[in-house]
Amino acid sequence: MAFLSGLAWLLLCQTAGELLARLWQLPLPGPVVGMLLLLLALRWPLVRTPVGVVADALLAHLSLLFVPVGVGVMTHLGLLSQYGLRMLVAIVLSTWIGLAVTALVLRWLLRRASPAEPTP
Amino acid sequence: MQDFVQLWVYLSATPLFGLTATIVTYVLAQTLYLRVGQAPWANPVLWTVLVLAVLLTLSGTPYPRYFSGAQFIHFLLGPAVVALAWPLWQRRVELRRRAGAIVLASLAGGAAASASAVAIGWALGLPETLLRSLAPKSVTAPVAMGIAEQIGGIPALAAVFAVLTGLVGAISGKYLFDAIGGLSMPARGFALGTASHGIGAARALQVNPDAGAYAGLALGVQVILAALLMPLVARWF
Repeated sequence: MAFLSGLAWLLLCQTAGELLARLWQLPLPGPVVGMLLLLLALRWPLVRTPVGVVADALLAHLSLLFVPVGVGVMTHLGLLSQYGLRMLVAIVLSTWIGLAVTALVLRWLLRRASPAEPTP
Repeated sequence: MQDFVQLWVYLSATPLFGLTATIVTYVLAQTLYLRVGQAPWANPVLWTVLVLAVLLTLSGTPYPRYFSGAQFIHFLLGPAVVALAWPLWQRRVELRRRAGAIVLASLAGGAAASASAVAIGWALGLPETLLRSLAPKSVTAPVAMGIAEQIGGIPALAAVFAVLTGLVGAISGKYLFDAIGGLSMPARGFALGTASHGIGAARALQVNPDAGAYAGLALGVQVILAALLMPLVARWF
């Protein structure tokens, strides 16, 4: 039952998020507004307990959810054969740059915040 | 033989086919992944996508017919984005205490990933619609699609770029972090969540709980910042 009511809360937040995003013409996608709404609602145990169960289950298998979109690669074979290598270079290099910049900036900021902490 | 062909035609036309194929292939890929000690090259999303794409191509099944079944899994991306509030809530004390560092690192990493993708793509002579689809590639697929639509990219392509970006991070992140050296689990997880969204975060979650928590945190922060800022920045180009 916790699983079902947790799912119900997620869907309610997403629906409310979609409605608010359309109604107020927010620059945020509906699910993101729904996430912010849920963040506010999580202070109540009535919401928190069931949502925790579903969220853990859903996020544990998060990568499965990307498979249908990923298979969509096969519909863009034309573009891929024309630009594939160049797109791959751009994607791989920029991902490495993003990973390195994030990790280094966070490490630098956290060290500055707590210099007493021994560095691993 | 005739019966088999008829049976196949019937089965492949029902949504049951796409749904079953996706889950069964993923379970097999996940089993292999665990069997080889979660080696990065055995990433279950990579192998599931490859196997399914080859299967569909060989059997002549068009993508929309596959998607009519797979959409039930795809739909869960929305609730999953909402569910990201949960790791944020669990880490709220830390989030508040380190808000400045977290937001700054997310901004710096997200901007670096997006800007370098567009810059490299531009230098290599990619057309503008592709560049606009590349820009949101570090944001989780459903949000990347929304952003791409707003800034003049192709949503379906943006989603594919996002999945590829996630795979690159999940597969090669460990080696990159080891090469840089001296990075804590939280920093590694946070970087994976920021630069390669859900697929990177899933990898972090499987490997280490600290890395996983920070990856979930990064994913949530990144989604909010990117959705707010990227359409604004894109107006200048």
